[in-house]
Amino acid sequence: MAVVDISNLCIEFPTRRGVLSAVENLSLSIEAGEILGVVGESGAGKSLTGNAIVGLLEPPGHVTAGTIFLNGRDITHLRESEMRKIRGAQIGVIFQDPLTSLDPLYTIGRQLTQTILTHQDMTRAEAKKRAIDLLIEVGIPAPEKRFDAYPHEFSGGMRQRVVIALALCCEPCLIIADEPTTALDVSVQAQIITLLKRLAREKGVATMLVTHDMGVIAEAADRVAVIYSGRLAEIGTVRSIIDNPQHPYTKGLMDSIPQIGQNLKSLPNIVGSMPRLDDRPSGCAFNPRCSKSKDICRRELPNMIAAGDTGQSAACWIYAEGDEYA
Amino acid sequence: MPNDIIFTVNNLKVHFDISSPFITRLINGAPKLVLKAVDGLSFRIRRGETFSLVGESGCGKSTVARAVSGLYSVTSGDIIIDGQNLAEVKNKSKITDISRRMQMIFQSPYASLDPRWRVRDIIAEPIRAFGLAKNKEDERSQVEKLLRQVGLSERDGEKFPHEFSGGQRQRISIARALSSRPEFLICDEPTSALDVSVQAQILNLMTELQDELGLTYLFISHDLAVIDHISDWIGVMYLGRVCEITPKAALFSNPLHPYTRLLLETIPDLKGNNKRSPLEGEVPSPITPPSGCTFHPRCPFAKERCKRERPELITLGESQVACHAVEEKRL
Repeated sequence: MAVVDISNLCIEFPTRRGVLSAVENLSLSIEAGEILGVVGESGAGKSLTGNAIVGLLEPPGHVTAGTIFLNGRDITHLRESEMRKIRGAQIGVIFQDPLTSLDPLYTIGRQLTQTILTHQDMTRAEAKKRAIDLLIEVGIPAPEKRFDAYPHEFSGGMRQRVVIALALCCEPCLIIADEPTTALDVSVQAQIITLLKRLAREKGVATMLVTHDMGVIAEAADRVAVIYSGRLAEIGTVRSIIDNPQHPYTKGLMDSIPQIGQNLKSLPNIVGSMPRLDDRPSGCAFNPRCSKSKDICRRELPNMIAAGDTGQSAACWIYAEGDEYA
Repeated sequence: MPNDIIFTVNNLKVHFDISSPFITRLINGAPKLVLKAVDGLSFRIRRGETFSLVGESGCGKSTVARAVSGLYSVTSGDIIIDGQNLAEVKNKSKITDISRRMQMIFQSPYASLDPRWRVRDIIAEPIRAFGLAKNKEDERSQVEKLLRQVGLSERDGEKFPHEFSGGQRQRISIARALSSRPEFLICDEPTSALDVSVQAQILNLMTELQDELGLTYLFISHDLAVIDHISDWIGVMYLGRVCEITPKAALFSNPLHPYTRLLLETIPDLKGNNKRSPLEGEVPSPITPPSGCTFHPRCPFAKERCKRERPELITLGESQVACHAVEEKRL
């Protein structure tokens, strides 16, 4: 059974000028020990999906349809008091900027023990021991000394490790990592990715890795979901998506990443930009930018179907049965 | 050919005094603290070429960009543009002329555009400041031409910055930078706030404009793939110093300095076949840099001499490198 199972999730934002649908009919699931990469441009809805799982959607945004199951339990519309018990205990969250996700006024030791004591029945001494074990696990040198240090005394990479330790406090079964390496340097990035991978392998933690960096995805993820304008465009194993993308958007995205030693005069790119949510074209949202778009693409929304010979599925009319596309 | 060189930086130092206030220092007996953000940096840029500075955050690359454009004052060293030493130019009209010829593109197009100004005013500001338009009509046509040049429509001039996406805003920044008809553009991480598909559009626009207008770029980035795409020459920075300056092709095929090798190893690979070895440790604090070669605590080739003596840049073929191990032919 999948650790988390999202089906037909819709997230909407009512505004004065009408309802914006930010995420539409999104379905995906993550198994234990699996890292699912979620990629897309800013504004595509990848972070919203992560926030919806932990019940942290910013009002007025809310889930209007679909379900989220965590270990077989429906957590879509839990009350805040119920959600608090799950968040931090069963789901760990790692945000982009480690400086804003730690409280600057408390030592990291206090933040760790407080989280542990909130969710687990332990004495203060046991909690401290557990916190130090966690700091060792995420690779912080001299954890006993660092226990009483404040967040500002750590470097960016070390701070992100503390955030990961916080997320791991109660041995969650699911970690949502929202751009965990974006604020870090490449050399530190590699250290953090290695850590996330180890946790998935050794502890069987299911991980949702939200990022726009395909390099990070290539290295860490097992499967990848590509989101465009709030809808799933393509999903499949990491190698199939990177080596053999099927959806025209995924193809364009992969081509536009500069590679060392490529020596191109100009980089291939997708003309135009992602539509605004209040201005989404009818049919497939990608059709105005797609070189292969046909009548049906402008009329009807494509469903996810098997595409290509590497086992992924894509929401594109090219792969539809019959000759509607021709 | 020396007259080919449009821009020279000689032994540039930018130090920041970060000590506590005088009275606190006196009471605690604390010494003065100086952060050496840039400590002895030299490079040259040929006309029409792109010179890139690459390095991890905190290595001082943005400080260089800001010092060169006059946003930070320089502690010592020379900045020479077209044979004129910026420190020696006192004539006001000459200073105005130099600032017209040198413009900057910033990292975040969300912070660098005034939200209360219409796009046409943002772009026209340098034109007005330097008196480059004969009349209102001329100014208007110049702005419209710039908008078309960066791939926006003339009507976009009437809008405000919040109506645009990140990529379009960066196009506006580029139009503003070009409006004073500069020859030299300082680009501080112009694409790192953008998505990859948009990044490709902006990089292409920048190369097209360079060909069309013969621009010279000083390009700052931490992304080696972007650097590889856009540069002619690359300088690798570590803790306020350059450790290697080399033509683009040589950097990726034959990196000399151990730090450059290490940077190349840490690039995530899309093919997924290089198991990058996570490098231990992080960049040390520039307030208390290590002795000798600042890279020695992380360097696998460090010897006694590296801890004592600071390596100077030596020339090897077309490249320059500051490393004892390379000099002693241990590498």
